[in-house]
Amino acid sequence: MKKIWSMKQKVAQEEAAHVGPKKKRVTAAQLRVQKDLAELSLGSTMKTHFPDPDDILNFKLTIDPDEGMYKGGRFEFDFKINQNFPHDPPKVKCTQKIYHPNIDLEGNVCLNILREDWKPVLNLNAAVVGLQFLFLEPNASDPLNKEAAEDLKANREGFKRNVRASLGGGTVRGQSFDRVLK
Amino acid sequence: MANANISSVPIGSEGPRARWKYLDNILGRSGPFTDPDWVPGETVIESLERAKLLVIGAGGLGCEILKNLALSGFKDIHVIDMDTIDVSNLNRQFLFRHADVGKYKAEVAAKFVEKRVKGVKITPYCGKIQDKDEEYYKQFAMIVCGLDSIEARRWINATLVGMVDENDEDSLKPLIDGGTEGFKGQARVILPTMTSCIECQLDMHAPRAAVPLCTLASIPRQPQHCIEWAHIIAWDEERKDITLDTDDPEHITWLFQKALKRAQEFNIEGVTYSMTQGVVKNIIPAIASTNAIVAASCCNEAFKIATSTNPFLGVPDTENYMMYTGDEGVYTYTFQHLRQPDCPVCGDDSRARPLQVNPNSTLQEFLDGLAERPEAQLKKPSIRSEEKSLYYQSPASLEEQTRPNLSKKLNELLENGEEVVISDPAFPTQFKYQLTFKE
Repeated sequence: MKKIWSMKQKVAQEEAAHVGPKKKRVTAAQLRVQKDLAELSLGSTMKTHFPDPDDILNFKLTIDPDEGMYKGGRFEFDFKINQNFPHDPPKVKCTQKIYHPNIDLEGNVCLNILREDWKPVLNLNAAVVGLQFLFLEPNASDPLNKEAAEDLKANREGFKRNVRASLGGGTVRGQSFDRVLK
Repeated sequence: MANANISSVPIGSEGPRARWKYLDNILGRSGPFTDPDWVPGETVIESLERAKLLVIGAGGLGCEILKNLALSGFKDIHVIDMDTIDVSNLNRQFLFRHADVGKYKAEVAAKFVEKRVKGVKITPYCGKIQDKDEEYYKQFAMIVCGLDSIEARRWINATLVGMVDENDEDSLKPLIDGGTEGFKGQARVILPTMTSCIECQLDMHAPRAAVPLCTLASIPRQPQHCIEWAHIIAWDEERKDITLDTDDPEHITWLFQKALKRAQEFNIEGVTYSMTQGVVKNIIPAIASTNAIVAASCCNEAFKIATSTNPFLGVPDTENYMMYTGDEGVYTYTFQHLRQPDCPVCGDDSRARPLQVNPNSTLQEFLDGLAERPEAQLKKPSIRSEEKSLYYQSPASLEEQTRPNLSKKLNELLENGEEVVISDPAFPTQFKYQLTFKE
């Protein structure tokens, strides 16, 4: 055991004065989220909201698409990050009931980088950009809401009309949706 | 080879050290790898017997580690585990019997080893590693981990790195980490702040295999897909208000039946109760021999570190990581995992620097002062403590919410001795300071 300390002396790190036992330490997940938040570029279409500003691991993101079929809507997502971040991806759910081929009625989101393709090198910005992309380019080949995906595949114009109706809180195929217009 | 010193320890089949006859062959003589000033015999044996070790985890690896350490001559071992014994543990966690099901692993394991290896004292703690503070971890000579959780590894790693005090030899605790998954495993040694730490090596953990959500929702192909569907989608749809407890048989039964029904709809065979349990709890089949191999390697290193009889894994600038693959023949590869200069836990700028501050100055004044410090020179700093978001430059909403803190005094926001982390978009790394108050 003695030997290790003499190696340590050789490594000779900077001098640091002893200041008694250290108190609460920022966790590794918090460190990483802090870094990710600094690199977040939300532009004019996205906003965050922290219900408890001291807790940066839980927040809401709103997206106001400024083009595409979902323009005019305001979509809210709940981000829950656990202490295993960035090994585990953030858990993201849409808090509204919306008509979208890649988001089911419970708010589950089918976005590859939030699940099977998540890697610790990805950051919160990648997740946020991915979500925004879903509203610009809804994807019918990876459906989570099968009916919506079928509508998009069969008739793009009809799908657009359904989207408009759903954004206003209307009913599509007997299913009523939340009003999400700004 | 140097002349072998004659040991004062009786070597033979009789006497109190008969059990340690072969161990004494190593402890009682110099060898090709011992230092010239290393003295064999009583002092080494004494240091081995007096070394207080902490074992984290008393499961598959933990049982092996406790047994090996006790049989390697260690006499003062502590063990932490928060779990109780499940019937499914009994095939490989050999310190437990059927009558022990439901009891705490740490307690039963400690008793069993104490009974089998006379003279060994094993002190159990049934709870979480996070319950304990630095004072507790400081009492040990080194820490051996047999964990199944990455989160727990990161916690103990960050704690041990943070504990190192440049002026106190006793604050540096070697960390030996074993891990297994099926036929694969690893043993690694970390000398906190000296060599690559667990956070540096985070990329070595295989990500959990996940199936795209849309596959689960629309085109399941395997029985596991049906179970995951029940777990992730059906439960939320139908039992939103009940928190899923994967240890509750009623909950598993519900998921199993849901999955079975879905599997029938899609003509998929093979959904069973135990598969449901396995998928939902992410159980990876544990192979007893993998545990034995990895635990043996960990304890081998612990013994060498404690006795200086042989070179050990993890000496700075040498190999520190042994990976083992047993699913096709036997393959091991030992290499040096390098430190990450920007590691958030042990990186060059990540260790907390002590800094004296006036508790009556405002956060704004403190940040202005930091901009002048040569190592920082921050332009747009964001700063937090473990509990509080003190000030964030971005995103905009958080900036607005934390702005009122700028005019508050430091002693309104922090306790004396608390750690703060500062990041700035101009720097790839983060700065940590431990703030002590001085008027």
